[in-house]
Amino acid sequence: MSSATVIPAYVQRHSFIELDARARAQSLMVPGSWRELVGPFDRIESPWLPMQGIAPQSDDGCVVLKGTITGQPAVLIALEGKFQAGSMGEVSGAKMTAALDLATQDSQNGKKTAAVLLLETGGVRLQEANLGLAVIAEVMASILALREHAPVITVVAGTVGCFGGMSIAAGLSSYIIMTVEARLGLNGPEVIEQESGIEEFDSSDKALIWAINGGEQRVGMGAADELVLDDAEKIATSVQKYVRAGLPQVHRSEQVELYRERTAALDTSRQIDLLTLRKSWNSKTNQGGAR
Amino acid sequence: MSEQVGLRGRAWFQAFTGKNSPMVGDPGSVLTADAKLGEDTARFLCVVPNPEARFPCARRGEVGLEESYTLATRIREAIEQDKNGKKRPIIAIVDVKSQAYGRREETAAIFLATATAADAYASARMKGHPVIALVMGNAISGGFLTHGYQANRILAFDDAGVVIHAMHKEAAARITLRTVAELDELGHKIAPMSYDIHDYAKLGLLHKLLHVDDPDNPSRTTVAVVEKELIDAVADARAGSKDLSYRLTSPGAREMRKAGLAARARMEEQWRQA
Repeated sequence: MSSATVIPAYVQRHSFIELDARARAQSLMVPGSWRELVGPFDRIESPWLPMQGIAPQSDDGCVVLKGTITGQPAVLIALEGKFQAGSMGEVSGAKMTAALDLATQDSQNGKKTAAVLLLETGGVRLQEANLGLAVIAEVMASILALREHAPVITVVAGTVGCFGGMSIAAGLSSYIIMTVEARLGLNGPEVIEQESGIEEFDSSDKALIWAINGGEQRVGMGAADELVLDDAEKIATSVQKYVRAGLPQVHRSEQVELYRERTAALDTSRQIDLLTLRKSWNSKTNQGGAR
Repeated sequence: MSEQVGLRGRAWFQAFTGKNSPMVGDPGSVLTADAKLGEDTARFLCVVPNPEARFPCARRGEVGLEESYTLATRIREAIEQDKNGKKRPIIAIVDVKSQAYGRREETAAIFLATATAADAYASARMKGHPVIALVMGNAISGGFLTHGYQANRILAFDDAGVVIHAMHKEAAARITLRTVAELDELGHKIAPMSYDIHDYAKLGLLHKLLHVDDPDNPSRTTVAVVEKELIDAVADARAGSKDLSYRLTSPGAREMRKAGLAARARMEEQWRQA
């Protein structure tokens, strides 16, 4: 019996989450089609980190590739979770908004350009505090502008996950792809424990965190679109599918009435049962995404 | 941080609109009303504390699930009503503690709820509604991203009670392993870290800082002054672009965001060549 038949696909897959942001980004674009813009050799760094004794990085933790995905013009913007937890600063935010705005301009001029965001981020970089918050507001505005012309596809693969203001940016995306290792939420468990107490959220309870914020639950409840294995080829296939799908009929963040009613129907006298929520929300009435 | 979160917002909402209660069917935490503003009828929106709120972590002026969906609903209602006519100004009165920090909120995807409100504000702006944020108290983190930060123009009171920041001071100190005193010291040197509204004003994000006498008790005179400023901001927004480019071209931005502007210029240059 050959090894191929006994070693399951899971073992032989090419892990995506073990790659850094640059390698992740490259793995999703047509080989030879892309060029990195404002890369590390441009050396545009955070001016604020050295003032606080922290080493900056030459790409500020944000990788931008312009190229094609499944034959269509696309821009891929990846945050490096290993640099300052993927947090958004003045420079990384400016790179992201500029790339999104240029994709919007090209789309308006007839060259529809999709954006793929690889979000591994805790949100605002606290060492750049108010500029971090401001750039997240600008990223949100730029996503919404591009979204009128071409899809914005967010991938949360792990292991940092996508939190803080950037989770709102994810919520504005046309599609969200997640792995089971990924987490997506506005407030990290530690922050909730700190602000509202351990009885509200025990941040050491890892099972609870993944049960609430994990990819399986987010896709299961219809708050994200597709759950994929941590496999570079499978993630690329999923991204290609959504690039080809184009814009959804209606974006999830436009479905105010649906989610307002669902929220009104929740029993808030106790914590919400996760499986019940998954069953009741993931109904066919949700038109967001092309699932 | 002020103990008075939301009280100022409520007082000014009442001064502008003559109303002090939510619209029918809305939770007690979101006040919405249409009222005269110069030649216009503007829609005013304000998030206020609601001790009776269904969600226990959203009772002290936080922006939670119900607040987000209510804001989104009321803004989209104005967009729909004005779709064939003059676009009414939308005024966000900002006095918000933060987003709601709760397990129920996370479970029910508050990231999506807040996205619906930000989407509604930005959609109004992109469709030609002048959207003005008037910051008169706290504007912290996700609370501000949800309610106000998508505005064409941001006005703020020049007052010690006004704090615009990514995280309230005590939490930021814990997370960055600094003392509150160290954080204050850093703020003096590094403007984006500061909790002082004068330092925030240096970043070029504000349209204007407004001096207001006794902001906790709006008098007829001060209300008239602030209304005039709102009317000017509405006119300025109507005359300007529908995106947020204003924030990058202001004199403050040219001074304080040199690295970001350099990254943007380089991106534009290389994009055309790629």
